[in-house]
Amino acid sequence: MAKGELETTPRGLVAGVDVGGTFTDLVIFDPATGTVRLAKVPTTLDNQAFGVLAAFAAADQDLTGLDLIVHGTTTTTNAVLERKLARTGIVTTMGFRDVLELGRRTRPQPYGMTGRFAPIIPRDLRAEVPERMDARGQVLTPLDEPALRAALADLLAKGCEALVIHFLHSYANPAHELRAAEIAAEVWPNTHITIGHRLLSESREYERGVTAAVNAAVQPLLERYIARLQTELSARGYTRELLVMNGNGGMVSSRLVAREAVKTVMSGPASGVMAAVYTGRRAGMPNLVTYDMGGTSTDVALIRGGRAPVSNEIEIEYAMPIHVPMVDVRTVGAGGGSLARVDAAGMLRVGPESAGSTPGPICYGRGGTQVTISDANLLLGRLPPERFGGELRAAVREAFAQQIGAPLGLTPEAAAMAVLRLGNTHMAGAIRMVSISMGADPRDFALFAFGGAGPLHAAALARELAIPQVLVPARPGITNALGCVVADLRHDFVRTLNRPLDLADMATVHAIFAAQEAEGRALIGAERIALTGITAEYSVDMQFVGQTHLLRVPLPSGQPTRAELQAAFERAYHARFRVDLDSIPANLVNLNTSVIGARPEIDLAALIDPAGRRATLSEARTGTRPVWFEGWTDTPVYWRDHLPADLNLTGPAIIEQMDTTLVLDPRDHARMDADGNLIVTVRSA
Amino acid sequence: MSLDPVTLAVIQAGLQQVCDEMDLSFSRAAFSPVIAEADDRSDGIYDASDGSLIAQGARGLPVFVGTMQFSTRHLIQRIASGETLPPEPGDIYIVNDPYLGGTHLMDVRFAMPFYRDGQIFCWLSNTGHWPDTGGAVPGGFSASATSAEQEGLRLPPVKLFKRGVMDPELWQVICSNIRVSGQRIGDVKAQASALLVGAERLTTILDRYGDGDVREAIARVRALAARQMRASIAQIPEGRLTASAFIDSDGVVNEPLTIALTVTRSGAPGEETLTFDFTGSSLPCAGPMNSVRATTLSSVYLAMRHIFPDVPMSAGAFEPLEVIGIEGTFLDAHYPRPVSGCAAEVSQRIAEAVFAALVQGIPDLVTASPAGTSGNFGLGGHDPDKGRDYVMYQISGGGYGGNAGHDGLANGCSTIGISKAPPVEIMEQTYPVLYRRYALHEGSGGAGQQRGGFGLDYEIELLRGTARASFVMDHGRTGPQGALGGQDGAVNRVEVIRGGVVAVPEHLSKAQDIPLQPGDRVRVRTPGGGGYGDPALRDPGAVAEDVRLGRYTPDQARALFPGWRG
Repeated sequence: MAKGELETTPRGLVAGVDVGGTFTDLVIFDPATGTVRLAKVPTTLDNQAFGVLAAFAAADQDLTGLDLIVHGTTTTTNAVLERKLARTGIVTTMGFRDVLELGRRTRPQPYGMTGRFAPIIPRDLRAEVPERMDARGQVLTPLDEPALRAALADLLAKGCEALVIHFLHSYANPAHELRAAEIAAEVWPNTHITIGHRLLSESREYERGVTAAVNAAVQPLLERYIARLQTELSARGYTRELLVMNGNGGMVSSRLVAREAVKTVMSGPASGVMAAVYTGRRAGMPNLVTYDMGGTSTDVALIRGGRAPVSNEIEIEYAMPIHVPMVDVRTVGAGGGSLARVDAAGMLRVGPESAGSTPGPICYGRGGTQVTISDANLLLGRLPPERFGGELRAAVREAFAQQIGAPLGLTPEAAAMAVLRLGNTHMAGAIRMVSISMGADPRDFALFAFGGAGPLHAAALARELAIPQVLVPARPGITNALGCVVADLRHDFVRTLNRPLDLADMATVHAIFAAQEAEGRALIGAERIALTGITAEYSVDMQFVGQTHLLRVPLPSGQPTRAELQAAFERAYHARFRVDLDSIPANLVNLNTSVIGARPEIDLAALIDPAGRRATLSEARTGTRPVWFEGWTDTPVYWRDHLPADLNLTGPAIIEQMDTTLVLDPRDHARMDADGNLIVTVRSA
Repeated sequence: MSLDPVTLAVIQAGLQQVCDEMDLSFSRAAFSPVIAEADDRSDGIYDASDGSLIAQGARGLPVFVGTMQFSTRHLIQRIASGETLPPEPGDIYIVNDPYLGGTHLMDVRFAMPFYRDGQIFCWLSNTGHWPDTGGAVPGGFSASATSAEQEGLRLPPVKLFKRGVMDPELWQVICSNIRVSGQRIGDVKAQASALLVGAERLTTILDRYGDGDVREAIARVRALAARQMRASIAQIPEGRLTASAFIDSDGVVNEPLTIALTVTRSGAPGEETLTFDFTGSSLPCAGPMNSVRATTLSSVYLAMRHIFPDVPMSAGAFEPLEVIGIEGTFLDAHYPRPVSGCAAEVSQRIAEAVFAALVQGIPDLVTASPAGTSGNFGLGGHDPDKGRDYVMYQISGGGYGGNAGHDGLANGCSTIGISKAPPVEIMEQTYPVLYRRYALHEGSGGAGQQRGGFGLDYEIELLRGTARASFVMDHGRTGPQGALGGQDGAVNRVEVIRGGVVAVPEHLSKAQDIPLQPGDRVRVRTPGGGGYGDPALRDPGAVAEDVRLGRYTPDQARALFPGWRG
């Protein structure tokens, strides 16, 4: 296929492979036959490529037959969180080398005067050179080139592999950064040079510096990983394009991905959201709260109008801001491993402490002794008991009796139910804070539940949040891999204007949007990927003059009039805060364009083989087991892949599938749509 | 006791979330950076009969942890006595009087009665730090004020919103008495709408669980919080622990003020109490370093919350804590004593005294003293290029204290704050200044087995026009206290460099209206944290690492850490 050529259907097999913390998931679509193959294998932490290959082997897939592989990786995420980074040096403005360590320091928690922080680049690898711009971009001190060369030599002598060039006010005038990069390119033995303003051309030296430092420190690692993977794939006969999932929810060529490696730091959560956007759009549910519950934490995102939320201000951990456009996924610190206890005053508590994966919940049998949410799910019959064995179940029951039941005067089952209820309350509260409290009406949304534990709690959470429906996709456990397959090519551009709207030159605004779009189209046009079209989406970040927070305002076109911008901003502001402030002028801060290369539609109905469907509900039933709701209730258990297409099921019921369990509470109702999604209508609280 | 323990916990979590949502809504919609960025605000729910704390947002500014219950109590009393007009649905009172349960004048409280079936069920209240409430200097932090009138406009509780509508006349009176009033309407709307968000969410909870159950849950949580605080303080050995903390000066008379504290743990199991006796503290002072009763109590509470963060924020948590001996001292000042320094500085010295006393009894739970100053540097002047006057604030962090687990954090925010420091680039865009450095205050961490964290070292040059510099900081005379044999952290050092001549302000950490010309500079080095434990016991490898990274010079390290010979 010629570069940039548009095709309406993919020619061959498309594979999405996502490497998560525990499992590597693979999904392969064959558009010709309308079939799907899946695999789930353990992640290989030392070299994720082995897990990827193992997944293809498990799916019995010959790589020569593939047309496209899209890959989601946690290589960079893990590197940052574990600080296993490439040795990186920074050259910065005289007087400012400690910015990366001082930050805009708060403390990790509001109460408790303790805290630790490890900067991305240690102090001895942070060099200063004489140079200075003022805030308007005028040179106050010229770049001292001999000093720069000496600093570079010193960093090389100290064994640095990657380099950051980060000068004050480079967003206003990048001349010094660009000249320093020229000089560095002469002496640096590789291309791992990150120039601060290139990634992020806006003010705030700490945020821009951290973004650049993270990029530099993960770039060599990502590049090596991608090279290894590509070598392994080619050795097995794969010659087509390898695309990598970016944190912005779009794919980017493996040739380009390392250049802006920092953008992959949130790639896993982003692909989950993209799968939700796609699934929801096909299901006629464009407004979703996504809910991906894991062992120690839960990822949440708010999708409105079929668009993934994007933020330029994500903090991936305490004092670690990454300010490039990424899908706005918020992590709340509650999951299946959240510990429950009765505190000194006799009050039931769930979380925030977690059993993590080691030792994990009691039911994992790895030495955990304190009860968790997962243990409650097991004791109450929500998780399949046969997966854990009678001995562990007895241990869990005893633990609930002692730790929660005795102090509160409850039976073990009532104690476990109490833990679930309180856990759900906390989780619902946390979800509300990061999603619908942003000015949305929960009745307009559906809860998109995925991940291994999501569907267990989804209906109860939806009830708590006053969200009327739950959408459980066909394969909740491989949602991230699905996101890789359905995501579009995407390039994001941000340009800071920071002018009162009254004074902004609208011709300049239109020209910036046009230039951003042209650059994106050129990048996408260079890819050898089947596309059905290229579109551009525009937005602005605005505020009232005098404010510091920004509000993202989507625009229908890249040629808005001043009046249209004002009106769109006021509408968005009112929707968010229910406040009108007509006496205060508006400020136009950022102009954003996303250029999207749309991929051919993929039919999700094949995710569960229609041939396996049974004609009636009773044929899909695998048995009955006691499940605790208000008390023990004999509850029918169904195998998801066998459910009839015209499903009409009222709870109580348990629906099991390969990697997850859905709990249908009494009087909740489930039906199935054409793609095999379960749509649960939740009775109100 | 009809309520089951689960519903109880669920209702408690729900009330907490109401407050958290009010906090979030207030910050995101606010205009003033001090609220929007620095989160200098707090939101909570208060008892209908006496104003006691029912729940408060987890990310409210810590110094407000106890104050709003006192201001709500004063409001309720004044309504009962007829001094203040009785409430009607939709009313919102405004009050900033420090002597009526407040902090300083800039902390403006809103209070709204929340009705159920025609009766007040509870009060919703919030506090926001306004950038200006009039007075002698922009921003209200006059280091040399000697009476409340010099500090700004003082409002008793009056209705700003009547039946949901803002009173335009009162608003005009306020606007005519404060600086840059144009943007305040945005903050006022943010502050009021946060209360409305809270009312909406609280209604949902009451409709779902029933007013009776919620009422019972509130009472039970209060009792449980008291029990939990008693169980927490039971870890403190019985008997007396003493400590002192010093404020450099009041800004007017150049003598230190003393906070003398004796903490006594007493009471049988289940009835433990902790008495904080401030007898022997300095008399009320002439300058603005006085505290008012509500702020003094709140400072003790916030220090205890730093030590025992798990105890729910409810009036019950404070019941086992008794504060005595403040009458007649500068910790219980009355009208017209100036008080602008109470929230930002005196509060942190009170907390330091609490830490210094309790670290002796529960060394695993308390850190050596943190920097404990808000580091307020104000610069007011005229920018000829932009043709406008400006008031700039630079707040800054300092080192935290070493502790049983690890070294202190570098450049942590104040004990009473949770704010982010402003970016240098934003400051230079907005004001005619140039930062010459923004660096680690080398050598500042107090030596100890676990050393204190390092402070900040910044230097600002005035580029254009003339300006006046003011400082309200502390710990210039003595550094943050070390604990258990650890050394004090470095002192706060302010230098004003005019015409190339370096001068240190007479009051070290406080000064007002020092005139600056273009090219003049201000350099501030903020305190390091106190060290924890005997410095001779510090791991030599850790000392060597600090030296390798230039945090201490080799000479400093040899002097501070006996036995180290790197």
